[in-house]
Amino acid sequence: MAAAGRGRGLGVLVRITRMALRHPWQVGFAFVSAVIAAILQLMIPRLLGSAVDQTQTVLAAGARHQDATAALWATALALLGVSVCRGIFTMLQNYFGEAVGHHVGYQLRLACYDKIQRLSFSYHDTIHSGDLITVGMLDLEGVRMFFSTAVVRALLLSVLIGVGAYMLLSTDVTMGLAALSFVPFVAWRSSVTRLRLRATWLKLQERLSVLSRVMEENLGGIRVVRAFAAHAFELAKFQKASQNALGLAHDRVDIRVTNTSMMTFSFFAAMGLVLWIGGSKVIAGEMTVGGLASFLTFMMILQMPVRQLGLMVNAFARASTCGTRLFELLDKEVTIRDAANAKEIEISDGVLRFENVDFAYSRTVNRPALKNISFEACRGETVGIVGPPGSGKTTIAHLIPRFYDVSGGRITLDGQDLRHVTLVSLRRAVAVVQQDAFLFTTTIENNIAYGDPWAKEARIERASESAQLHNYVLDLPAGYTTVVGERGVTLSGGQRQRLSIARTLMLEPTVMIFDDSTAAIDSATEQRIRAEMRQYFASRVTIIVAHRLSSLMHANQILFVENGEIVERGSHDELLARGGRYKALHDLQLPPGEEISPLVPEAKR
Amino acid sequence: MTEGIEVEHLEVGDDGPRPPRAAVGSHRIQEEMFGRVFDRNVINRIWAFVQPYNSQMVIAVVAVLIFTGSQLVIPLIIRYAIDNGMASGAGDYGVLGWSVMLFCLAILVNYAASYVQEVVVGKAAENVLFDIRRAMFAHLQRVSLGFMDKTEVGRLMSRLQGDVNSMQEFLETSVLSVGDIVLLIGIVVAMLWLDFRLGLLTLSVMPVLLFVRIIWLPRARVAFMAAHEANSVTNGALAEAIHGVRAVQGMDRQHVNFTLYDDKANANLRAHLRAAKFAQVMVPIVDSLTGVAMAVVIVVGGTMVLNADLEVGVMVAFLFYIQRFFDPIRSLTMQYSVMQRAMASGQRLIEVLDVNVDVEDAPNATVLGRDMDGSVELRDVTFGYNPGQPVLRKVDFKVEPGETVALVGPTGSGKSSVMALIHRFYDVQEGQVLVGGHDVRQLTQDSLGQQVAMVLQEPYLFTGTVFENIRYNKATASLEDVIKAAKAVGAHDFIAALDDGYETQLGERGGNLSLGQRQLISFARALVADAKILVLDEATANVDSNTELLIQKALIMLLEGRTGLVIAHRLATIRGADKIVVLQNGEIVETGSHSELMAGGGLYSKLYNLNYASFDDIPDEATIASPEART
Ligand SMILES: Nc1ncnc2c1ncn2[C@@H]1O[C@H](COP(=O)(O)OP(=O)(O)OP(=O)(O)O)[C@@H](O)[C@H]1O
Ligand SMILES: Nc1ncnc2c1ncn2[C@@H]1O[C@H](COP(=O)(O)OP(=O)(O)OP(=O)(O)O)[C@@H](O)[C@H]1O
Ligand SMILES: [Mg+2]
Ligand SMILES: [Mg+2]
Repeated sequence: MAAAGRGRGLGVLVRITRMALRHPWQVGFAFVSAVIAAILQLMIPRLLGSAVDQTQTVLAAGARHQDATAALWATALALLGVSVCRGIFTMLQNYFGEAVGHHVGYQLRLACYDKIQRLSFSYHDTIHSGDLITVGMLDLEGVRMFFSTAVVRALLLSVLIGVGAYMLLSTDVTMGLAALSFVPFVAWRSSVTRLRLRATWLKLQERLSVLSRVMEENLGGIRVVRAFAAHAFELAKFQKASQNALGLAHDRVDIRVTNTSMMTFSFFAAMGLVLWIGGSKVIAGEMTVGGLASFLTFMMILQMPVRQLGLMVNAFARASTCGTRLFELLDKEVTIRDAANAKEIEISDGVLRFENVDFAYSRTVNRPALKNISFEACRGETVGIVGPPGSGKTTIAHLIPRFYDVSGGRITLDGQDLRHVTLVSLRRAVAVVQQDAFLFTTTIENNIAYGDPWAKEARIERASESAQLHNYVLDLPAGYTTVVGERGVTLSGGQRQRLSIARTLMLEPTVMIFDDSTAAIDSATEQRIRAEMRQYFASRVTIIVAHRLSSLMHANQILFVENGEIVERGSHDELLARGGRYKALHDLQLPPGEEISPLVPEAKR
Repeated sequence: MTEGIEVEHLEVGDDGPRPPRAAVGSHRIQEEMFGRVFDRNVINRIWAFVQPYNSQMVIAVVAVLIFTGSQLVIPLIIRYAIDNGMASGAGDYGVLGWSVMLFCLAILVNYAASYVQEVVVGKAAENVLFDIRRAMFAHLQRVSLGFMDKTEVGRLMSRLQGDVNSMQEFLETSVLSVGDIVLLIGIVVAMLWLDFRLGLLTLSVMPVLLFVRIIWLPRARVAFMAAHEANSVTNGALAEAIHGVRAVQGMDRQHVNFTLYDDKANANLRAHLRAAKFAQVMVPIVDSLTGVAMAVVIVVGGTMVLNADLEVGVMVAFLFYIQRFFDPIRSLTMQYSVMQRAMASGQRLIEVLDVNVDVEDAPNATVLGRDMDGSVELRDVTFGYNPGQPVLRKVDFKVEPGETVALVGPTGSGKSSVMALIHRFYDVQEGQVLVGGHDVRQLTQDSLGQQVAMVLQEPYLFTGTVFENIRYNKATASLEDVIKAAKAVGAHDFIAALDDGYETQLGERGGNLSLGQRQLISFARALVADAKILVLDEATANVDSNTELLIQKALIMLLEGRTGLVIAHRLATIRGADKIVVLQNGEIVETGSHSELMAGGGLYSKLYNLNYASFDDIPDEATIASPEART
């Protein structure tokens, strides 16, 4: 982690700064205002010093009273003017600084959202959603704050110290050096601390994300936790993660506070030095009291920025860690995307072909999920897929809309390799009812219309009717505007599946895939769904994955998949006649022994 | 809420109208929570969490006072050095030396105090934060599922994280603001002490500031809260995109969603810019007032010095104080919005801590021992998730010890709900549920949970290894037990084939396994729990019949002496049951063993004879009674 160290951290900061510079007007305003505000601020000690001197000269030289009073008035008015202007420019500096940050934040938000939406399944398989949320929320915030809390502040501080240094040194070299003696120390501390904070921060983020994962999974799986009366176990898990993070959080406080208090101390020490040297000079008559006062006031003015220096270091460290993570996401290559010369898919006969398709998930490259899969289906045909758990049925289904790319062989739709057509047109041509369907926390209506948010009410109701959901919805007090709970918790298993069927029916695809999407629906209802959809099926290729043979026995072609390979294929009757695995499976789903007899003729039909 | 949707429908962006039936981010009731700056209830509750760190707090406050004191003393030392050491013409090295020594002492004290104060406060604040989070988490382990069903995980997470963090910010700054207030008072006193008239004159700018603040406050508050709200709306939409990314890509909603998200992000940007304007407008006002105060000191004080009514050192000290004077005012202004945010957050935290626990152990609850008989009985149970909408009506059946009972019926008929009641996820509205002869409301939930193992309809796995998932909270289970359970459900082979076998890390929700594999693991987990009663809610729905047969065979052994409750759509699963309960539309229509029901010639036998390959293949005529099914 520490090796992620210096170079990369700086690169990230440069990149954030470049993003900020894309708003040249606001950045310009912020910078100019910051410089003006700093210079005005530096004038204050001068004016105060001269006010003090004006009173002193009178005492010393016995000049005319009125002159002195007039001079005082002039100084006072100048001071008032300077203060007002300083306030205005500080406001502008702060406002534009923040505005730049917010604009950068806005763009990063959009970039993040877009990236997350486009990154392929294989990326999302490897990353925990909680970690992504952290990147999109907290890390983005850290990057957003960078401009106002670090860049502008750094500029302000350099101007204050730089111009101040010039002014002081030109007034009195020794005193100036004394007043600025804290600067090298502070600079050294800052860079050391920035790196240490960055390292701690990276580790802390990691532990915090473990903690939030524990909490999130506990709440998401609360039914399991309850079912196993496991709250003590879960609390222990939480406690462990929590203590881990807490220890590091304490370390971070130590580092930060040690740093800030040391900086403040060095600053005060420099002030003591000024007092000593300046005092001696005043006594020796080499300097006026006013001159000393302006030196000291100057230091007073620096006190706040020096305290803020700690914050600035913090902001640098935070931005570089957060930025590293955020840009890692934004730079992630989208593996599934349009090829250079991709064309819209053209559908003519609607023929789907798998040609010797191989596939392995990126995490388990040595254990291919699919081997040498070939089959063909054209419009109006239905392909059934059966096989034991983990045999690769879902994998086949996910290759067709290109959720993953094949590792070998190819898949074509009307002769066009899926990798050579645009993703948008392909996804429009292929619809999947996913096995583990995600329902959105919104109304039933919005859920059904998810794929076609412009749909008219009548169409939504028709889809819902076809999926055998309409009557259930009508019985609800709020009807179609009922909000389903998170991931559909307030629905029964079968209702969830019917809702996800309904929303897929809203689409007009060429290839339609049902991935085990009727497992929780009783066969009577399922048959009715199928009857409703007969028309719909006639104009497209349908792929049905199911364990219940009644769901797919009418298919034109049935594939029996085992260990990623097609081991048997043919129509229901052919497969039964073959007496292989399909037949065995079929027999298991029949009533036992003597009761089979009346059904046999029908089965052999 | 419906109005909310309608409003969204009509929205038209710069780049065309928005689709009528689309939104990103969950449907949420707007959290109109304008926190009061000072809410006694919130303060009291949060204070309870600070109590354990009382001694640290005392140390911190003392340190703050010392720190502030040293801050106050520094200008006084400078004044002393100037007036007594140099101004009078005849310089005095002795006095200067003493002053510098004093100064060094003051800054050492300042250093020590600021270190102690910040470390102690920082750590205590972290501790309090973690304590609050633990209390909330522990409470959420007890709240009823009825609440959890309606509440999104993301919402709770934002409370467990975001709100807890703003509480931390508040705690850290609140000790500092004690310092600010003390500093303010100290400066006022010091100025009045140095020169009463000049002090009074300088302070006369205060009422102006107060007046401005009164006008500014309510508007700024609205702007701040709006920005906060906009943030959580945008973040909610982002979280939804992350969780639902597979559905989004599957239905090609990226473009629509991006447009909608852009609207939200844009609104968020505007809200923040507005809030920034409000926050910054105070800066020139405070600075102008500082200028006025300094001008007053220069003119009036300067004249007084000219008239020898005032020592020049006093004037310098005044000028120092005025500059320091507005710092605490400025940071108190900042503190104000932190405090307000903290109160709103505190309110939300307390809301979580106060969520009603409907399902709670009775005061004298019995512990259900392993020696109970394992019977399960529902007596005239009526139950609904929402009052007035019963999902189960007068459901009455009994499972004798050691029996296996099957629950069948069309989708949505209430089978899963029956299972939930046996485990007391919810309390019945009428009638009672008995396990081992005891009303479940008279049992401790822990012991009930240990005696009833469940395979839920929706398999849920945790991030962690396969082994950890199967063993789950049964700490006493060894690897052998785990393997035995995995073998019983036919999962051993595929687990062994994974790269690291039982030590393979599972992704989120077990995402790197197929659904059937996940189901098998969740089945194995229930077997390892080694409970007297086993409840299987469509435990093999996503598994093929071969595997199911294997499991059936293994279960015959495993269910020896145990009670089983099985929900399934497939005939093979039901065949072995001692009794079959047919549920339709929340009511029991038939009960009996397979042969009894067949002999009775009722609905079951009719269905059975009509059945082709599975129980549920019911032709339309047979299911007219079900409202779910009527077309
Ligand atoms: N948490 C909940 N909140 C509100 N309503 C619910 C909740 N869970 C289920 N319901 C409703 O209660 C009814 C019965 O649901 P239940 O899950 O018991 O059905 P089921 O028989 O298990 O159906 P399936 O075979 O589809 O799983 C359904 O209409 C469902 O919408
Ligand atoms: N995202 C993933 N990353 C790595 N491996 C995976 C992933 N998804 C599935 N696998 C593995 O690939 C194989 C095939 O899985 P697939 O989901 O296609 O099975 P399936 O036939 O659909 O099974 P089921 O009937 O249980 O749904 C399994 O061994 C599974 O563990
Ligand atoms: Mg699958
Ligand atoms: Mg159910």
